[in-house]
Amino acid sequence: MNEAQEVRTETLMLNVGPHHPSTHGVLRVLVELEGEVVRNLTPDLGFLHRGVEKLAESKTYHQFLPITDRLDYMAASYNNFAYCLAVERLLDLEVPPRAQYIRVLIGELNRIFSHLFWLGTHAHDLGAITPIFYTLREREEIMNLFEMACGGRLTQTYFRIGGVALDLPEGFEDRVRAFLRDFPRRVDEYETLLTSNPIWMKRMVGVGVLSKEDAIALGASGPMARASGLAWDIRKTEPYSSYDHFDFDVPVFEDGDVYSRYLVRIEEMRQSARIIGQVLDRLPEGPVLAEEPRWVIPPKEKTLHQIESLIHHFLLVEEGFHPPEGEVYVAVESPRGELGFYIVSDGGPRPYRLKIRPPAFVNLESLATMSRGRLLADLIAILSSIDIVLAEIDR
Amino acid sequence: MKDAQEAASRIQEAFPDAVEEVSTFRGQTVVVLRKEALLDAANFLKKEPDLAFDFLTMVCGVDYHPREPRFEVVYQLYSTQHCHRLRLKVRLPSESPSVPTVTGIWPTADWHERETYDLMGIRFEGHPDLRRLFLPEGWEGHPLRKDYPLRGQEASNPIEDAG
Repeated sequence: MNEAQEVRTETLMLNVGPHHPSTHGVLRVLVELEGEVVRNLTPDLGFLHRGVEKLAESKTYHQFLPITDRLDYMAASYNNFAYCLAVERLLDLEVPPRAQYIRVLIGELNRIFSHLFWLGTHAHDLGAITPIFYTLREREEIMNLFEMACGGRLTQTYFRIGGVALDLPEGFEDRVRAFLRDFPRRVDEYETLLTSNPIWMKRMVGVGVLSKEDAIALGASGPMARASGLAWDIRKTEPYSSYDHFDFDVPVFEDGDVYSRYLVRIEEMRQSARIIGQVLDRLPEGPVLAEEPRWVIPPKEKTLHQIESLIHHFLLVEEGFHPPEGEVYVAVESPRGELGFYIVSDGGPRPYRLKIRPPAFVNLESLATMSRGRLLADLIAILSSIDIVLAEIDR
Repeated sequence: MKDAQEAASRIQEAFPDAVEEVSTFRGQTVVVLRKEALLDAANFLKKEPDLAFDFLTMVCGVDYHPREPRFEVVYQLYSTQHCHRLRLKVRLPSESPSVPTVTGIWPTADWHERETYDLMGIRFEGHPDLRRLFLPEGWEGHPLRKDYPLRGQEASNPIEDAG
């Protein structure tokens, strides 16, 4: 009788995933629950592991480019961006100004694209069904713009080593300007729905706090770090591809909670739109691919009409080129944080070793720190606020 | 922004026996350390106020098979205060390669080291939870090693075998 009256506490192991809708991919999290409170958790990775880094060692530098799109497919061009910059650094190759600007334009459209999808799904995870219909509407227009520029919608592969594949098509600029005219008002709309909505705030304010010290210790970058008070944006601290030509602000919030991450991303969308406007105003004339036949493929038009260029293209892609021996690490500010490529070259046509530093992988590492002591329902909000893409985490 | 080469010479001053090699390529400085000196040098780089490498960007392994020493473990560092970067390396032999863990200095090293163990087969001494990160427990071999074939290997199904 006495035994039955004693209060017994037990922890329950709960499997979240590997296919829970709010995991945004095939992620399994083993959660140790005490009642509804999360005591500890262990993410289980690898369901989407495709051996991308091993694959890279068997591809020439040009051949590997489309695979980078398949890492973080929510910001495919930004992966191209990081990879191309790394290879160009290895080759010490200068990209023409027009191509640099186009890259910034596409990159920032990609950032908006990624943040829009994040916002929609994040709201959806918290039970707000409406916002995703609004955000997908704008995202659709960005996909149309990508399609117009290069044919691809989700995985664009628009960039090339030495520049971009094609110049912007006729009418593209006007259509981007039309998008920019509407877009700030659309963001206002999302904010009207969400920002001071009491339910929205209740689910997010003070939830999943990551201190600035923890953020640095756990390697958090991008919006995660900026929501924790770390004023660090690689576009500002180590400007690449002419980012120093444009005026934009880096939003920083101090609270480190889920709500701060939301505010950071909302403001980043506005800033990206600002950058895109400046790119269009100042877009320089000139070629969009570097003229460096040793490494860079010939322009598409020549490839289609001249047999020599076609052969040249074929050789560069199939046989590859020989970069100097050496190693580089190049990082960019992807929508999720610091995306880096570390390439070791032995002088051969294929990377000797290629290591990807995916931001979401490292950001996910702080999930346990943020979730301990919170309710299970908060875990979903916290997980979603990291903005994970499993294809890039598992590689 | 401070020069990474200056950081390299600071380590050389502080630990004259620790540095095996310093090289610069495309403006990026690499310091190769002796394995025994890794933890002291890492602590020094993090704690010295004018270096302050408080952010570990990534850890990875490189296999130079059949060269000896065969492996390199690469640590990419960043300072959130000074915005400078530095790369550290430790060279390891092909026979049971292992290196002390840096999780005590940079907690983020946890997953990076597990990944390196999983895919490259380098052990990190003192790591709190050194398990495979991506591949299932019981997987044979370490795919990123150069002697691991890209394709064509008859693989057992470790998930079925375990069950």
